[in-house]
Amino acid sequence: MTPPPLPPTDPVFGKLSLAALPLHEPILIFTFLGVAVGGLVVLGLITRYRLWGYLWKDWFTTVDHKRIGIMYMILGLIMFLRGFADAIMMRLQQAMAFGGSEGYLPAHHYDQVFTAHGVIMIFFVAMPFITGLMNYIVPLQIGARDVSFPFLNNFSFWMTAAGAALTMVSLFVGEYAQTGWLAYPPLSGIAYSPNVGVDYYIWGLQIAGVGTTLSGINLIVTILKLRAPGMGLMKMPVFTWTSLCSNILIVASFPILTATLALLSLDRYAGTNFFTNDLGGSPMMYVNLIWIWGHPEVYILILPLFGVFSEVTSTFSGKKLFGYTSMVYATVCITILSYLVWLHHFFTMGSGASVNSFFGITTMVISIPTGAKLFNWLFTMYRGRIRFELPMMWTIAFMLTFVVGGMTGVLLAVPPADFVLHNSLFLIAHFHNVIIGGVLFGLFAAINYWWPKAFGFKLNVFWGKVSFWCWVVGFWLAFMPLYILGLMGVTRRMRVFDDPGLQIWFVIAAIGAGVIACGIAAMLIQFGVSIWKRKELADDSGDPWHGRTLEWATSSPPPDYNFAFTPVIHNLDAWHDMKTRGHERPVGGFRDIHMPSNTGTGIILAGFCLAMGFALVWHIWWLVIASFAATIAYAIFHTFNYKRDFDIPAATVAAVEEARTRQLAAGA
Amino acid sequence: MPSNLPRFFARILRFSPLAALPLLSGCGLVVIDPAGDIARQQGNLIVISTVLMLLIIVPVMALTIFFAWRYRANNKEATYKPDWDHSTQLELVIWSAPLLIIICLGALTWVATHLLDPYRPLATTPEQVVAADAKPLDVNVVALDWKWLFIYPEQGVATVNELALPVNRPVRFRISASSVMNSFYIPALAGQIYAMPGMETKLHGIFDKTGEYEGFSANYSGAGFSHMRFAVKSLPAADFDKWVADAKASTDGGLDRATYLKLEVPSEKEPVRHFATVDPQLFDAVVNMCVEPGKMCMHDMMAIDARGGAGIAGIQNVRSVAYDKFAARGTGNLAGWSVRYVAALCSQQMKSADRPDARPVNPAPLKGEGLSRPGEAERTALNASTPRPMS
Amino acid sequence: MSANTVTAGDSVRFYDLDEHAHPEGHSTMLGFWIYLMSDCLIFAILFACFAVLGGNYAAGPAPKDLFDLPLVALNTAMLLFSSITYGFAVLQMQQGKVKGVQLWLAITGLFGLAFLGIELYEFHHLIEIGATPQRSAFLSSFFTLVGTHGLHVTFGIVWLVVLMVQLGKHGLIAANKRRVMCLSMFWHFLDVVWIGVFTIVYLMGVLR
Repeated sequence: MTPPPLPPTDPVFGKLSLAALPLHEPILIFTFLGVAVGGLVVLGLITRYRLWGYLWKDWFTTVDHKRIGIMYMILGLIMFLRGFADAIMMRLQQAMAFGGSEGYLPAHHYDQVFTAHGVIMIFFVAMPFITGLMNYIVPLQIGARDVSFPFLNNFSFWMTAAGAALTMVSLFVGEYAQTGWLAYPPLSGIAYSPNVGVDYYIWGLQIAGVGTTLSGINLIVTILKLRAPGMGLMKMPVFTWTSLCSNILIVASFPILTATLALLSLDRYAGTNFFTNDLGGSPMMYVNLIWIWGHPEVYILILPLFGVFSEVTSTFSGKKLFGYTSMVYATVCITILSYLVWLHHFFTMGSGASVNSFFGITTMVISIPTGAKLFNWLFTMYRGRIRFELPMMWTIAFMLTFVVGGMTGVLLAVPPADFVLHNSLFLIAHFHNVIIGGVLFGLFAAINYWWPKAFGFKLNVFWGKVSFWCWVVGFWLAFMPLYILGLMGVTRRMRVFDDPGLQIWFVIAAIGAGVIACGIAAMLIQFGVSIWKRKELADDSGDPWHGRTLEWATSSPPPDYNFAFTPVIHNLDAWHDMKTRGHERPVGGFRDIHMPSNTGTGIILAGFCLAMGFALVWHIWWLVIASFAATIAYAIFHTFNYKRDFDIPAATVAAVEEARTRQLAAGA
Repeated sequence: MPSNLPRFFARILRFSPLAALPLLSGCGLVVIDPAGDIARQQGNLIVISTVLMLLIIVPVMALTIFFAWRYRANNKEATYKPDWDHSTQLELVIWSAPLLIIICLGALTWVATHLLDPYRPLATTPEQVVAADAKPLDVNVVALDWKWLFIYPEQGVATVNELALPVNRPVRFRISASSVMNSFYIPALAGQIYAMPGMETKLHGIFDKTGEYEGFSANYSGAGFSHMRFAVKSLPAADFDKWVADAKASTDGGLDRATYLKLEVPSEKEPVRHFATVDPQLFDAVVNMCVEPGKMCMHDMMAIDARGGAGIAGIQNVRSVAYDKFAARGTGNLAGWSVRYVAALCSQQMKSADRPDARPVNPAPLKGEGLSRPGEAERTALNASTPRPMS
Repeated sequence: MSANTVTAGDSVRFYDLDEHAHPEGHSTMLGFWIYLMSDCLIFAILFACFAVLGGNYAAGPAPKDLFDLPLVALNTAMLLFSSITYGFAVLQMQQGKVKGVQLWLAITGLFGLAFLGIELYEFHHLIEIGATPQRSAFLSSFFTLVGTHGLHVTFGIVWLVVLMVQLGKHGLIAANKRRVMCLSMFWHFLDVVWIGVFTIVYLMGVLR
């Protein structure tokens, strides 16, 4: 007997054919029409106002960490809307599908929705948001002019964007994975997921993963090498510290993801037996490997936001951060411990009581430094003068929400408790509690806090408060029922339910999701209104919140070179120190400033990689070879360009600084 | 006595208002209020741990609100100390308070994890409610796409999507799966454990109330996952015996390998079925992934591997599957190379004509020493000349 | 903090008015080193897979049936020699001799090619007798680990050729010196990884 032949793939189109277009799914057709019309309008407007040159020259090819940071945030925001649309679809399906009703989503669609929701929210929302934030703020906080490798920064962004684009393409061409966001084999193996969904998953993450790893290396080197004179490690702002730890985690964990997904793709493309059932493969190996990446990933996301809360609490309490040293050590402890807990994601694999309790207890130990951090914020507020601006409101909401998530997390770390709660909606409620309550609330605090720095005007407070209350109320409405459902033994990823008694809870959760939707709308309105009324909200001082760290020492938005003269640091709260000791802003003696030049290489290389990813998904081998060769050739071509920087003439610097002097005088 | 600790806490909890909360809500929190001893202890553990943690969570939340209110900017009466940023005593407290809680919780975890280990036979659990000599009921569980197969080796019957258990008698589950990973979970009885292809997991549990409960897969396993549910009946001993007798009288026929292979084909919303007889070696074959005729069992394969593999000759001992279980998922053709398996060396089911290599060999020295070096033309075939019964 | 003791009014310098720009590429080596560590992690995963799956022969061939130790020892020698010759290239660079650098780089590249050639021969032989990556988890992890190393060497050779051209065009300018040093780290790193492969995969495999 011979093995069954592989299906013939078209030499030109590979597995791609018209059948791959989801023409039978009305939801997708309407979505596509919406996206297409919206996209055409945007493209038309850009053309109408002749913005292509501007976008290409000032944004797409930029190596300025500030602009790249903003592009990351925009990418995160767009993908957030997609991920949230998935969430709403799930909530509606689960609220409807009772008593024999199949809801409105067939399994093939619903299973893609929850997979895409998870993947997008983690990889293409949370990751771009925090990377963008770190990109924008870290160089400013350490008094640097840019990151260490500005071109690499641009390339990293475009690789992340290419990964996101490939994931979005799966919506309209073919399908996405129906495996859950971590794609456990054997389900994700070729035998049980023979179509392109898992391939989209793999290549989207691999392409984005290159960007994430490189940006992690970049920021580590930036923080280690480019700090302003006087800023020893223990004088770094806490946000910079947490960013450093987060990037160390990125570099020390994303290669694991890359390797693991590479092995999965070998299983799928080359017929190897790493994670198959037969011929000696071990699916549990994948589960271990993916979580050795996956658990640090959680801390990659939350650590920078812990930094944000530290900055915000200190600034709005008008007080030095309590326990800076223990804060730093707590961060480092969490960084190290995050590698010793991965097995708590699968206690139910049957590892044995001693192994399970070891990993359970290490998990609980993480709550000690985390608890210490919380107390530090608490005692920063103690005897402060707390101003309840939006960032501080988000921080308080975080503190009240996150402790509950932390508590349920420790609960899940008790193996016997996990045996009854694992994979239940209780688990879903738990990690949304920490990711929304921690990461998202932190991001909203950060956006409201640093927006004036990035754009020179504050965000509208009214719509900000509307958004805040919608989010907080919506969050509790959407996820409290999930805790209860989890205790009722309801498991995750269910599409239809038998027990009509459960329906009320799902309806409440769906209402909660609706309230959150209002919060998102209010936030978009907030951005719109603020841009509209930017003259009224303008901030000329560059320091609207009476900040304490260096990013507030320069103008808003900062000039291309950030600082005309590099600041010298004497104190942890460097800018506060400068203000209280009456520093004088230098107004003369400017010199040429050496800056990196823009380059289109990043976007071009990422474009080739996107083509290669698409070709790999569809087995279009000629395009794989062509785009791979193009990537290599163009990368080599790029290395022949030795002129990668230029000088901003002293006269230009003087003119910019002169304008700043006038602005400050007008504001005073 | 550490082993009494959970029980001690659990007793306290029965009288605490918190334990009453789930009862008050009356919405069937089966995880907190189950019908089996193991699940009950697990539920109690949840409540105990929560209370322990609330000891620190509640003060933190209260302090957050209090500080936020007390030190608001327009409260000029509150002390303002902008440069106060350190206090050794306070830092000791904020590190040691969580530490103390975690030490307690860690101790509790260590004890409870060992006591409630799903692999641990029930006779030694502290809240033992059965006679020490009660013989546990064996049930072998197979997660199929997308239904559950229960084999009662002692009774010689099998069921699909229905599990009947005698109340107050310990049950010992051996669990496996046919294709992808699932999780076997009956919230009313005990915690869950993964059901994985080619592997066997164990679970012990006992019902102390009669009634109708529900079990399901708690790990997503594909399109039919939502319907992968089964009825669980906790019956008095006499009713259980009657249930077995009914199953034995079932007209659905027996469960042999051929029937199993048909049953294994993916299907959804499978109705309850009872098999009057069952092939006693079926479950072992499922675990070892050799239900298909002529396929080498994993334990044989592992034994050969432990002795250093089957040498160069073993390379050719791979055949494409005669029965293609992937085809049922529409994946047969696409999964071109994955549908190969290692042929059995010596199983009874194999017909000699099917053998890839008919030359006889000496099966004894499988350590590899006697095998030819790479590239040498003389290859040693490995087919056994005498059939050996499947273990 | 001690800096707090400085009271207002002291003449403290808050800006670096006489700064010198960071020399170009001053953090490249650190960045590249961190990149190598991330690459090392990929190899660590592949090694871990080999450690876990390397005994799963699926009733197929084991290392001792497949590996030809003298051949692999020869292969190892090729890579070790290439590391030495790369060292000579760096010595030449320190003496400022472009031609010398290019010559030693070329020799390094030839050793690298010899290494790849022998490896490809080995792979070809294995596949020919049917010991393909698909046969067992052991062979999957073997081919992947060794193949990933081989891919790295291939990229190293491409880089080496590009660098020789660049040295010819621009000579030993600072940027090129930096690149020679980065490739040097990369090349020695691959050597170290190979020593791990040779020991764990081949020696321990055959002796097992």
